[in-house]
Amino acid sequence: MAEKKQWNWRERREKAAFLALEDGSVFRGHSVGARKDGLGEVVFNTGLTGYQEILTDPSYSGQVVTMTYPEIGNTGINIADMEARKPFLSGFIIHELNEPQNWRTDMTLQQYFIENDIPAIAGIDTRALTLTLRSAGTLKGVISVEGKLTEAEAIARAKAWSGLDGQDHAALVTVPEAFAWDPDGKLTQTWGIAESLPTPTIKLVSYDFGIKWNILRRLREQGMDIQVVPAKASAEDILAMKPDGVFLSNGPADPAAVTYAIDNIAKLIGKLPMMGICLGHQLTGLALGGKTYRLKFGHHGCNHPVKDLATGKVEITSQNHNFAVDPDTLPADVKVTHINLNDDTVEGLACEDRKLFTVQYHPEAAPGPHDSRYLFNRFKKMIEAK
Amino acid sequence: MPKRDDIKKILLLGSGPIVIGQACEFDYSGTQACKALREEGYEVVLVNSNPATIMTDPEFADRTYIEPLTLDVLSEIIRRERPDAVLPTLGGQTALNLAMELAESGVLERYNVEMIGATADSIRKAEGRELFKQAMLRIGLDLPVSDTAKTLGEAWKVQKKIGAFPVVIRPAFTLGGSGGGIAYTAEEFEHIVGTGLDYSPINEILVEESVLGWKEYELEVMRDRKDNVVIVCSIENVDAMGVHTGDSITVAPAQTLTDREYQLLRDASLAVMREIGVDTGGSNVQFAINPENGRLVIIEMNPRVSRSSALASKATGFPIAKCAAKLAVGYTLDEIQNDITRETPACFEPSIDYVVTKIPRFAFEKFAGASDTLTTQMKSVGETMAIGKTFKQSFQKALRGLETGRFGFGADAKSDLYADWSDQDLAAALGRPTPDRMFQIREALLRGWSVEKIYDISHIDPWFLRHLEELAHYEDEIRSAGSIAGLTADPALFRQAKEFGYADKQLAYLLKCPEKAVRDARKRIGLLPVYGLVDTCAAEFEAFTPYYYSTYGDVDEVRSSDRKKVMILGGGPNRIGQGIEFDYCCVHASFALREAGFETIMVNSNPETVSTDYDTSDRLFFEPLTLEDVLHIYEREQVWGVIVQFGGQTPLNLAAELEANGVNIIGTAPANIEAAEDREFFQKLVNRIGIKQPDNGLSTTVEGAVKIADRIGYPVLVRPSFVLGGRAMVIVYDESALSKYMKEAVEVTDDRPVLIDKFLENAVEVDVDCVADGETSVIGAIMEHVEKAGVHSGDSACIIPAMSLTPDVQNTIRAHTHALAKELGVKGLMNVQYAVQDGVVYILEVNPRASRTVPFVSKTIGVPLAKLAALVMAGHTLKEMGFTKEIIPKHFSVKEAVLPFVRFAGTDIVLSPEMKSTGEVMGIDIDAGMAFAKSQLAAGNPLPDKGAVFASVCDRDKETALPVLIDLDTLGYTIYATTGTATALRNAGVKAQAMFKIGEGRPNVLDLIRDEDVSWIINTPSGASPRADEVKMRSDAVLHGMPITTTVQGLKAGVEGLKAQRRLRRMDVCSIQEFHRHTGFKLTIGKKTSTV
Repeated sequence: MAEKKQWNWRERREKAAFLALEDGSVFRGHSVGARKDGLGEVVFNTGLTGYQEILTDPSYSGQVVTMTYPEIGNTGINIADMEARKPFLSGFIIHELNEPQNWRTDMTLQQYFIENDIPAIAGIDTRALTLTLRSAGTLKGVISVEGKLTEAEAIARAKAWSGLDGQDHAALVTVPEAFAWDPDGKLTQTWGIAESLPTPTIKLVSYDFGIKWNILRRLREQGMDIQVVPAKASAEDILAMKPDGVFLSNGPADPAAVTYAIDNIAKLIGKLPMMGICLGHQLTGLALGGKTYRLKFGHHGCNHPVKDLATGKVEITSQNHNFAVDPDTLPADVKVTHINLNDDTVEGLACEDRKLFTVQYHPEAAPGPHDSRYLFNRFKKMIEAK
Repeated sequence: MPKRDDIKKILLLGSGPIVIGQACEFDYSGTQACKALREEGYEVVLVNSNPATIMTDPEFADRTYIEPLTLDVLSEIIRRERPDAVLPTLGGQTALNLAMELAESGVLERYNVEMIGATADSIRKAEGRELFKQAMLRIGLDLPVSDTAKTLGEAWKVQKKIGAFPVVIRPAFTLGGSGGGIAYTAEEFEHIVGTGLDYSPINEILVEESVLGWKEYELEVMRDRKDNVVIVCSIENVDAMGVHTGDSITVAPAQTLTDREYQLLRDASLAVMREIGVDTGGSNVQFAINPENGRLVIIEMNPRVSRSSALASKATGFPIAKCAAKLAVGYTLDEIQNDITRETPACFEPSIDYVVTKIPRFAFEKFAGASDTLTTQMKSVGETMAIGKTFKQSFQKALRGLETGRFGFGADAKSDLYADWSDQDLAAALGRPTPDRMFQIREALLRGWSVEKIYDISHIDPWFLRHLEELAHYEDEIRSAGSIAGLTADPALFRQAKEFGYADKQLAYLLKCPEKAVRDARKRIGLLPVYGLVDTCAAEFEAFTPYYYSTYGDVDEVRSSDRKKVMILGGGPNRIGQGIEFDYCCVHASFALREAGFETIMVNSNPETVSTDYDTSDRLFFEPLTLEDVLHIYEREQVWGVIVQFGGQTPLNLAAELEANGVNIIGTAPANIEAAEDREFFQKLVNRIGIKQPDNGLSTTVEGAVKIADRIGYPVLVRPSFVLGGRAMVIVYDESALSKYMKEAVEVTDDRPVLIDKFLENAVEVDVDCVADGETSVIGAIMEHVEKAGVHSGDSACIIPAMSLTPDVQNTIRAHTHALAKELGVKGLMNVQYAVQDGVVYILEVNPRASRTVPFVSKTIGVPLAKLAALVMAGHTLKEMGFTKEIIPKHFSVKEAVLPFVRFAGTDIVLSPEMKSTGEVMGIDIDAGMAFAKSQLAAGNPLPDKGAVFASVCDRDKETALPVLIDLDTLGYTIYATTGTATALRNAGVKAQAMFKIGEGRPNVLDLIRDEDVSWIINTPSGASPRADEVKMRSDAVLHGMPITTTVQGLKAGVEGLKAQRRLRRMDVCSIQEFHRHTGFKLTIGKKTSTV
């Protein structure tokens, strides 16, 4: 007979960890991650699958992510599905942590939290928390697991923090040095992505503002040889590399704070075919002279309907952003190509003359539906048509 | 794209009677479709033979035909109505098959009717095994190795290609996998291939590589004509591949896939929709995944709304059927608003923040001799669904919602059922999927078996097993509190137990205290459930639809209101004896009370139903129907009154305890409902009124029973007290059979004795439905049964108006009925059963509550009895509502039962006092014989209009049967008969060919059946217990789809039907709206006249 299993029921009941929000609300649970307090903007993600991809998405830098789906950890963590070299978020909030069961599992979610120093709380009524965030908007919050803070102190700390407005987090998550993406194909050619890869025909430079690896996988799949450059790489340096196109990645926090990138993008527009995703889309909007604004609680999930205004077709998209481009502030030659059917916000921009298109959502999915994957091919064709 | 304006009139096909594999989910989908289409201004013509449906209520369509779902009848309806389009995708496999017949026979083309929702080509591609396989290979999807076969020889060739047993055999175009199975040996292979070829209407089977033990998934998909596609819900089966998905425990959403893996399923589903060509509706796609390496194979797809779509709709809040109907008329998904959020479109994928568990309900106890092993052929008769925050909570809620005497995952009165099993027996049980396997797994976990070991035997994914393991071990944690006082002193432990889904009953069992002590303790410390919203979006947007589930958490989302509230308790999972008829009554109660200004609250746990549509009531609580769950809602909502008499036995069983807890039950007092079941009370009551009762007695011992039987004389009818659907009710003809019954058949206890009644031979049985308000009582209808007393009323055919009863007898019945209503203080519905023998009226039983026949009667007379009854309970009088006089229609309505024997090989098909039918149909016509013929056609037992019959009639039936057989001879049928019957016929001047008895020589009837030399079997059983040869004959006939008549009365009615068909030459069709013009009832509430 197997050794008697140890259960942590008592620990779960004691609910010694908590999440304190700036509005004074406190949600109690138990620690399932690193023994370290966390501070960040608390957002919720409604995806039913993909906690690993969410966890490793650098766009969550500075944020504490709440999963609305209650059973988490079911498939553990596997090496192939990583979206970045390490996680950057400030904390993770879930309802129930499970032991994994999947043929691709490499470690448990809890092991991953601990190894990567991420504070995490389980046992939270995540629906109650989500309702709070929905009505109040994104709130600053403190995860307390060390046991040093009283609830009142934690609330005060959350209030005192400046938040992500005006913060450049791209600089925090970008690669320190330029590198060639996956020269031997090992990171791209993984289970469920691609069994073989085409020989590269296109030379691409990609800005890393917090890029998700699945973007790189999908671009590589299109036959692009990609040089990933740090967020602060100058337009001149990029032009000197003589690429066939430039990609502007997703990334965290407030686009308006990444002023150097806005300047560089402005210099590159019209000179090279360009595609942008998420932060890359917002930065392009700013570089074109437009403005961005903060959404109440942002879009974080895998089920947002986006309409392609040219075809009338709807794509179910993966989303993760708190800021959006204000369409009324854009120059006349920039077209809004996609809108979000839930709230009519801008989801895509294009400027054909300047060989440029960007989307607010995530065509690389990971997690989420693959409906928009065609955009990578569109980018390839745009480059080839030059 | 806006809706189409080139079509105006749409013919909607229903799914016919409730059968295994096709239940009330298609009433739910059809009702939604009717509403959606009429909302868009289309004229809807509906055809469905099932009177117990909401969709066949006259106000749901412009024209409603309760007619048989056959090609001829549909052709006639199309000729008469000239619809522009036919919509077949919301009426299950029945409607889809019928539409294909209409298309292939050229009827649609002749009358210029367009098939919408799906095209004939896409249906062919999805349903034809070979076409489907080719289509899947074209889009690069993997399938299990397989090939089709039309003969046994071809089947063997495919098996050789696969190279190993087991293999799966799937007949083409059958419902719920009928006739299919898994063969482990050559012998089984030959047997199943034979059956499968027989069952398939095109005599084709698929022989397939087994993916037994793989993980099974299902995705619900919708696609519009602009190629927008959404996945509404993913479902993962807890039982691995090998158990029909309808018989599997399933959860939503899928639990054990990473995003990358799930998206591959999604991609594949989209590709399937596009390749098959479903471009205006919903479908489901089933997959299997090898748990070792993730190999994904597609199993099948249904290009229509299904049972799983109903589940997915209830699980997510997304109304699939309604959207499918709108897509069929040209809308695109982005043009349809999401009712729940109101501001976001239906073109999105629901996200949920809870776990849904569905557990099927079985009825093997009804089918002696049938194996309870679950296979690829569906056998469950109903299902329950539960919503909980976590898998554990939702699983335990579902188990208590199942109403099988369990209150969760063990820790209840049946806790130790397997404690004395040997390890060997236990291991064998874990490897054989049955309805009880989960509890056997609990026993194994309690013995310390590892999850890995149990997985190896059961193939249930370790993810689920680990949760079960935690629950099994948590029982000790609860016990560690020592007592309820101890648990109350540790509120965190108490709350955790509730979060894990433990019912008060389970905690009471573990802590050895009454359930009430647990409830009181919880209330004292404020440990109450909260209600969460089913909102399609995991709280991202505000939801407006009040659809709730209970959980233990921090926020209660019930929006309070000050209106007067009536709570209606539904019937829980369907079972034999309690099904759609009761849901129909509950829905009517809600409709009527809403219209009368009440706020209605529906409580039910059955995802198939109309009652659990969020549109039906002001608030829907998707909850198990147990005292604990119901009381909480009652208290939370400050309900004014509760209706318990509409949901069948489920709410009635709760009534006394609810009342004891201060609940205001409206309508007939529960004490009176219960008293009617109390023998002594009943006896005194009928004596007081002066109604005769068959001689009877009750006993708890064998000796006592024998003594009573000796006194009143054999045969006697014996049954346990307090049962529904005649459970364990039999007629015994002698002492030895009686002793055997007392010893073996039932668990007799002191407070549950066995009832022994004199059985009235050759009596006519009569059912009466009536509505009363305390002052006035009005008879809905007097129904005369076709089969004589001794066949359960649920299984016998009956006719309105009564045909053979004299006016005197009918008046006696009326007088008795009114007197009973008065004596019992009936406020609401009442059903009485009588037997008439030689002009004397005996009462069999009275039930002051809704009966199964209420919808049938309501549709016959055009009066919504359940609505009237609900309004009576809320204080209205019948006088005020304009119903004071019995309506005797000029037309004839016949109700016929539909039986599931084809699913339960090895069980005898003879009708008995124990109910076995799953559903019913109605035949309606101005000619009585034709009404009966229609009912037979609708029930799927059409009698052949020429050819040969085989007759074997027992001695006591010979006299009555003879004239009918002579009629058959006159009608030109060739008659084969056993020696005795043949001699009697010859003596009467009829040519009859004598056959050997089975076992005495050949050719015998088995040869006739095998060679299809006869097309109709007439066999009235010979004695008390069925003879093996007769059972064999009857089951062979069932397998060959041959009609069998087992009673002389049934035969008589059948022959009348055949005569009518000859006389009238063709079958006329008529809508119930037209029939009801003659009955002319209008419901009035106060000054308002309502359409009924």
